[in-house]
Amino acid sequence: MSQAAASTADRHPMPGMMVYNVKLGMWIFLLSEVMFFTALIGSYIILRFAHPDHFAEPGAVLNVPLTAFNTFVLICSSVSMVKAYAAITQGDQKGLRFWLLVTILLGTFFVGVQVVEYIILAREGFVPMAELYGVAHEIEGAALYGATFYTMTGFHGTHVTIGILCMWFVLYRAWQGKYSADNYGAVEIMGLYWHFVDLVWIILFTIVYLI
Amino acid sequence: MAGNGQEPRYFLIWFILFVLTMAEVGYAFLALPQWLLATGLILMALWKALLVALYYMHLKFEPKRLWILAASPLPLAVILVIAVLTEF
Repeated sequence: MSQAAASTADRHPMPGMMVYNVKLGMWIFLLSEVMFFTALIGSYIILRFAHPDHFAEPGAVLNVPLTAFNTFVLICSSVSMVKAYAAITQGDQKGLRFWLLVTILLGTFFVGVQVVEYIILAREGFVPMAELYGVAHEIEGAALYGATFYTMTGFHGTHVTIGILCMWFVLYRAWQGKYSADNYGAVEIMGLYWHFVDLVWIILFTIVYLI
Repeated sequence: MAGNGQEPRYFLIWFILFVLTMAEVGYAFLALPQWLLATGLILMALWKALLVALYYMHLKFEPKRLWILAASPLPLAVILVIAVLTEF
């Protein structure tokens, strides 16, 4: 396929939808992700309603200031991602590479903080089935609270990690000069995924850490 | 993206998201009834999520049909939660 044929502007939109197929495909994938995270968040809400004594007050177990800062880092990564997209739509190759790299670094920092948070929580005994992991003591209610907490935040962290890996690939292609003001579809698709991951964290942070 | 070719104010949105995050953290520790806390926090979270979807995911500048598609799982999500809620 020639470069001209691959350009974003030349791609024929899906009849009736007026967006090109790959972008529509990403949107449909993200909609399935909405249902995936709804199942996790919904389970958490229901279990919390059913067993309020198994869940701690906000800030009693989880480190809210640290995670608020981490939330801010992820929001910053969304800005850098959208700036990368804006740069390539203007044909700014240098800007694209710079902002993609910033996004990767911020995303990696986010995952790093999450790992540190997990280590600290596990040392404090906030693990489901503490006896299985040889933890000396278990925080009361951690079996249910911990299971839902690690499932939700763990799946989100996995999504961020996958996003970072994909973004390295996009950055590699950007370094090869594969994208231009006429061909930026991959950057746009990458951005949609990244912003969705940010959006999910905004909801998770509120429900898991603040309420 | 933006049909008129003008770039949205990305850093203004970022600033609003930052302020809302700080407001959320402050609000979460106020001595208010639980239902009032939860309602306020969820509204702020939805506001932030909407800003990300509209401006960073450029939904505001997309065809209306994509809006409908994007909103389609929301009723399903509500149905899913309500359906499971009746089980306990």
